[in-house]
Amino acid sequence: MGRYVIRRLLQMVPVFIGTTFLIFVMVYALGDPVAAMFGDRTPDPATAAQIRESLHLNDPLWSQYLQYMAGIFQGDFGTAFNGTPVAELMGSAFPNTVKLTLVAFAIEVVVGVGLGVVAGLRRGRFVDTGVLVFTLLVISIPTFVTGYLLQYFVGVKLGWAAPAVSVDVRLDELILPGIVLAGVSLAYVARLTRTSIAENIRSDYIRTATAKGLPRRRVVGVHLLRNSLIPVITFLGTDIGALMGGAIVTERIFNIQGVGYQLYQGILRQNSPTVVGFVTILVVVFLAANLIVDLLYAVLDPRIRYA
Amino acid sequence: MPEMTEPVAAAAPQGAAGTDPQPGPANGPDKQAKPRSLWGDAWRDLRRNPIFYISAVLILFLIVISLWPSLLTSTSPYACDLAHSKQGPSAGHPFGFNTQGCDVYARTVYGARASVTVGICTTVLAAVIGCLFGGLAGFFGGWWDSLLSRIGDIFFGIPILLGGIVFLSVIRGGSVFTVVLLMAILGWPQIARIARSAVITAKQQDYVQAARALGAGTPRMLLRHIAPNALAPVIVVATIALGTYISLEATLSFLGVGLKPPTVSWGIDISSAATEIRNAPHMLLYPAGALSLTVLAFIMLGDAVRDALDPKLR
Repeated sequence: MGRYVIRRLLQMVPVFIGTTFLIFVMVYALGDPVAAMFGDRTPDPATAAQIRESLHLNDPLWSQYLQYMAGIFQGDFGTAFNGTPVAELMGSAFPNTVKLTLVAFAIEVVVGVGLGVVAGLRRGRFVDTGVLVFTLLVISIPTFVTGYLLQYFVGVKLGWAAPAVSVDVRLDELILPGIVLAGVSLAYVARLTRTSIAENIRSDYIRTATAKGLPRRRVVGVHLLRNSLIPVITFLGTDIGALMGGAIVTERIFNIQGVGYQLYQGILRQNSPTVVGFVTILVVVFLAANLIVDLLYAVLDPRIRYA
Repeated sequence: MPEMTEPVAAAAPQGAAGTDPQPGPANGPDKQAKPRSLWGDAWRDLRRNPIFYISAVLILFLIVISLWPSLLTSTSPYACDLAHSKQGPSAGHPFGFNTQGCDVYARTVYGARASVTVGICTTVLAAVIGCLFGGLAGFFGGWWDSLLSRIGDIFFGIPILLGGIVFLSVIRGGSVFTVVLLMAILGWPQIARIARSAVITAKQQDYVQAARALGAGTPRMLLRHIAPNALAPVIVVATIALGTYISLEATLSFLGVGLKPPTVSWGIDISSAATEIRNAPHMLLYPAGALSLTVLAFIMLGDAVRDALDPKLR
């Protein structure tokens, strides 16, 4: 197990470098950060050259990347072009997004797995068809459409929830955005759980467990669920990154000042340090989630033994 | 290696002649033989599935109106009159007008083209790259596998929406071509992973081992034996991904970084209608409905194809 963890960590290194370099190239090589600072006006050549020099933009790309990475490991994400350190923006934005993602993740796990188990146990019945149709509809309607519709009907017309989130981002305000953000993933979780349960319920070990006279609750709760949730957990792990990325849409609709909001502002103003910094952190979260998922496999599936 | 390839040419017809009633292993899936092939079986299943018909008719309809939108409307999506701004449905204009006074019905019909084009092109491109990388990684294994899989991981590490926003905002693109290229570049690892595991499974089958023992060369093994059997899971994932790509394109356009006017896109129309939802909900509901229905059609098709091709759940 220990050796496996080390090998996986080592494998992550080239992926981390590759991914961050890719983002770095996209932002710095394809765009022109100095021109972006001046908006539509043409910058004064001398000023532009001076800014270029001070931001090391004349160095070769790999050298810029190395300088940037060296800064990151010292907690320095650079300065947004309006003078605020990017790390400060992160400090205010990440707690909000993490809160939103956790609310969405909780909804996704509870409702998604719940629906999947109910449908999988009653395959072909009315409940099953209902869950299938419901998930199909949820997957088909894009998040930004569900977001505006729920905000309008639940938030404005019915008044059951606040249509926008206040500055202190209370948990109860995040339930509606959480549902919107979780929507599509929730549907995938439900379908995956359903397929997995329906497949495993016919397996030999379930028949054995039932034949031994174990109560149904134990057969389903221990034997069936533990085996059926393995693919679901893989999906949930990779989905954390997607949720944090998807938050950009949800945060825009519900006016939450989180990562998505800052990222969007950074992009609108072509604020490269902000964009690269935030995306790098999101990528690290995504890679870490994938690693944890791989390690969880060993705990959940005794057939897998890492040498 | 001529001495390696020669026996193949000799062995193949012999194998086919020797095992006439059954599909010869060296002959690939035989459509004429009595036991139905995987594809014949799947096709028979599809024809019994009402969901397949519903989605197929919807998709055909979408493709037709993407090619010839003037079949359904004679109004131009660009013929706008500010005097009609935000007016509700009326005779001759069943979906009403948007803020600019353009006919929402005409814009909804013309919007299909962008979505369908982006969806199909992205899927084809991502599937080609994914099959190439995943297939080679799975077939050759070892060092190739490690290299190609890590390259895939690098692109997989960037969620499509996030990468799309960053990339498209920087290059300030907005054409169908850039959106397709970007989504395919970030989307292929998903298909490559499926293709890789499918090829690894197919590679270990007895008939593939038999073909190798008979001296089949690498191209023949890949094209005749492995590809037809590893393709099924790829097709399933690609069909479902098509729906997701359409939804993603709309999301990017909605955020203002995807397609740009004058391209008529449901995402752009929804974005401009969203701020007016309290006064003129019809401006949002019709393009949103069309978009959802399109995504639904492709996901339903993917579901139907999966049910037909995956024998596990029968």
